[in-house]
Amino acid sequence: MQLLSTVDRAGAGVLHLLESTGAMASFGGRALVEAFRPPYEPGEIVRHIYSFGYRSAPLVGTAGLAIGVVLSMHTRASLERFGAEAMIPAGLAIAMIRETGPLTAALLVSGRVGAGIGAELGAMKVSEQIDALEANAVDAFKYLAVTRIIALMIVMPLLTILMDFAGILGGYLAEVAVSGMSWRMYFERAFTYIAYSDLVPATLKTVVFGFLIAGAASYLGFTTSRGTEGVGEASTRSVVLSSMLIILGDVILVKLIFFFYPPVAG
Amino acid sequence: MTPSDAGPAVRLDHVSKAFASRTVLDGVSFEIEKGKAFCLLGRSGTGKSVTLRHIVGLVQPDRGKVFVEGRDITPLRGRELAEVRKHMGFLFQNSALFDSMSVGDNVAFPMRRHTDWPESEIRERAQQKLAAVGLEKDFDKMPADLSGGMKKRAGLARAMALDPAILLVDEPSAGLDPITAGEIDDLLLETKRGGTTLAVVTHNIPSARVIGDDFGMLHEGKLLARGSLQDLDASEEPLIRAFMRSHGGG
Repeated sequence: MQLLSTVDRAGAGVLHLLESTGAMASFGGRALVEAFRPPYEPGEIVRHIYSFGYRSAPLVGTAGLAIGVVLSMHTRASLERFGAEAMIPAGLAIAMIRETGPLTAALLVSGRVGAGIGAELGAMKVSEQIDALEANAVDAFKYLAVTRIIALMIVMPLLTILMDFAGILGGYLAEVAVSGMSWRMYFERAFTYIAYSDLVPATLKTVVFGFLIAGAASYLGFTTSRGTEGVGEASTRSVVLSSMLIILGDVILVKLIFFFYPPVAG
Repeated sequence: MTPSDAGPAVRLDHVSKAFASRTVLDGVSFEIEKGKAFCLLGRSGTGKSVTLRHIVGLVQPDRGKVFVEGRDITPLRGRELAEVRKHMGFLFQNSALFDSMSVGDNVAFPMRRHTDWPESEIRERAQQKLAAVGLEKDFDKMPADLSGGMKKRAGLARAMALDPAILLVDEPSAGLDPITAGEIDDLLLETKRGGTTLAVVTHNIPSARVIGDDFGMLHEGKLLARGSLQDLDASEEPLIRAFMRSHGGG
């Protein structure tokens, strides 16, 4: 009997998970379709770009700088053993641009922006502001969700470039403290091995991260219930869900990038 | 939208609605004549607000039809429904002001969205709407800085921003002191005199007596009574008698 009850609960959990996944996928799909239909709400998109980008830039820049310093120290510790200190700038730049920058920027933004979207839309839902938009003959889905998704898709690559640059700058600061390497030499060595296929696909994949973060957070905001408790939950779950989606999405995107741009030695 | 000059402004035809296993409305039918104020009465949780939400298309009925100015809005979605909504104003129970905008921007919002008036005219009109509800000095304040009564008045100014043909009002005096509630009643009366059709959900009987031309009472999802003030006052139904004799609410 107890076994049946456990199986029942597990089954209900699986069904709920499948239902939520389907609803979220449908939400995301609708957002993509609506993005190409008028009205395009350019004012709202620009407002969100400013809000997400400008307000996240200090966090992303500072984190990038610190990560660059730490990566430089680790890279030096490893490469010194092989007498390959000259490769430190290149190693750091490749690591930063290909993976560390995009992934870390996305995870930071999921905490900074994703939580905010979940909480803001959740609060609007429970205080009937979303219904008020609809009653005012405004498509709330488009006005609130689609504009945020588009804005974050635009902002993510820009923040990633900032993160990459700050990381390389942090690496330089760490390197100059140890070896006194000149700025020019550091950057020449850093970018010698960087190819188009390192920079562009890795940066552009963050467009997908932006979609995942804003999409998941908007979905959770729109489906908020149970008052302020629900708003808190929407905020927390936005971070957890979008972080998971980023990491899972990254696996698929890296595989795709390697398929189209196979890694070559040298 | 092709508004019909003849016939009622709003008509519900055997509307039923259930949320999960709970039936909220069960075959509710009524009409609201143009330019009249219809007060929907009933105890808390009897489906009054859900009825209003049906009229503005925020909720779709499981069965039955909703007609606004002669048009069946039940199958409408998206832009078609938005066109119908442009003819209506909705004052929510908790006002539902957009808390990221100032009070003035809240009132200007429908004008900015649905008209091509220049910004200077929109500001002027928004200022006039706020003056009509006694908030002319509060244009730049944020909703969080307003009291409950002020929020309600600001919500009414926003609902009236485009001079809608139909105004839906959910619990206009809920949580307000008697003086502020009276001021809101006066504003609604004035709006009605301007030719606007009112659908007012309330359990405040004194307020309903002031505003209403026509009344309905919902109980357990059904329309228990429908008629004039005299009809309800003369009713032998114990619940209606108890309700109509009450002096409070809100």
